[in-house]
Amino acid sequence: MSAIKADTGWKDLPSGGIIPEGSTSLEFNTGDWRSQRPIWDSEKCTQCYQCWINCPDTAIVIVDGAVAGIDYDHCKGCGICETVCPPKASAIKMVDE
Amino acid sequence: MADRILIEGNEAVALGLKLIDPDVVAAYPITPATEVVQKFSEYVANGDVNTEFVAVESEHSAMSACIAASLAGGRVMTATSAQGLALMWEMLYIASSLRAPVIMAVANRALSGNINIHCDHSDTMGARDAGWIHLFSENTQEIFDNVIQAVRIAEHPDVRLPVMVCYDGFVISHAREVIDGLSKDEVQSFVGKYEPPAMMLDMKPRTYGPLDLQDFYFEHKRGLVEVYEAVPSVVEQTGKEFGDKFGRYYGQIEEYKMDGAEVALVALGSTNGTIKDVVDGLWESGKKVGLLKVRAFRPFPAELIRKALCGVKAVGVFDRSVTFGGWGNPVWTEVRSAMYGSANGCCSGPCIPIIDRVYGLGGREITMAQIEGYADEVLAAAKGEDVPLIDFIGVRE
Repeated sequence: MSAIKADTGWKDLPSGGIIPEGSTSLEFNTGDWRSQRPIWDSEKCTQCYQCWINCPDTAIVIVDGAVAGIDYDHCKGCGICETVCPPKASAIKMVDE
Repeated sequence: MADRILIEGNEAVALGLKLIDPDVVAAYPITPATEVVQKFSEYVANGDVNTEFVAVESEHSAMSACIAASLAGGRVMTATSAQGLALMWEMLYIASSLRAPVIMAVANRALSGNINIHCDHSDTMGARDAGWIHLFSENTQEIFDNVIQAVRIAEHPDVRLPVMVCYDGFVISHAREVIDGLSKDEVQSFVGKYEPPAMMLDMKPRTYGPLDLQDFYFEHKRGLVEVYEAVPSVVEQTGKEFGDKFGRYYGQIEEYKMDGAEVALVALGSTNGTIKDVVDGLWESGKKVGLLKVRAFRPFPAELIRKALCGVKAVGVFDRSVTFGGWGNPVWTEVRSAMYGSANGCCSGPCIPIIDRVYGLGGREITMAQIEGYADEVLAAAKGEDVPLIDFIGVRE
């Protein structure tokens, strides 16, 4: 799959339009059509993991068991993390791209 | 060689399926193809086949199950007709797009409305752009032979496309004819073992039919168009090999008394049998009328047809379906398009009359006298007389 690029022509595509292997989403940045982005504040974060639990794109980055930021390559900007972040913490704010 | 057997068209399909012994048959009964499934389910119940028979709740599900079973590496067959084919519609395109070599017998029947169960070609003609290979059968023998050849054509590594074996509903689906059967060994040695692409069987995760938007859909369709380039030679080779083994040869088209013909008639399906009788009589009375039978309607053998018709002074096309609001009807538009504008020189000179007659809608009989009358019209057109370009045969005014 890594041989398939945005400019690959029809002769080089797998027949039947199939995706011939798994985990190919790793090779594609699906966050490039986002209109808003979440800004995470490490000072305010209480490490409750609500954003990590609820993110539909597993775009909350965890390092050594702790929330460490946002994966902007795969975050599509849905804002769920901002909504589920406890009001007392308000560690995530959505801003326009 | 197995015995000569008296058998109905639908039973011939079921017998073909029995001898092929496919891995999966998923089907839903519909007149006039019901007996295919009915008879085949008897074979399953009696343990005559090893097939996994899936009795689904609709034709949409039948085709869905067939596609999935095919992509899982199975040899897969089904049967339907008219409204059933219509209900499969969206899945037909998916079968061809995903390169699923499903084999389907279609007893051609008029589409509603109003409700009609009898023969015309409106069902498969509506699906002519769905990416399937369409083989038309003139009689019961051809149904049987086409079903067996369809396996080889569909599963050929260069093809891997679904095939419809079309035969006129009731006219041959329910008519008993004597055919030459084949033994299970003969059929098995001809169809061989299905060898799906190795990757279908390797148990690795794979995505079939993903979202395919502006960036790649066009390329996938362009690639699919290319696949059909390989089909004609596979159809011809398979028909020749079948003939070498069993004595009955098949091609994409069949020319009947075209040698020295002044004009030609072109038709699909069972009407060809009647036309042949008429043509015999016409030659005896000095009228040089040939017949071009189209067996493979998809891919359309344009080059072969152009060569076969090159030299005649007029052509009369039979259409057993109608294109509402179109310019002419399906067989005519294809034949006419094939004949004109060729860069190869043949038939690119002065236009010859190519006329179109819609006949037999909803199972309306066409008589030998009507065919003869049409042949006379085509002969008149060849002499420069004015005859209607597009008209009907056998409809009350």
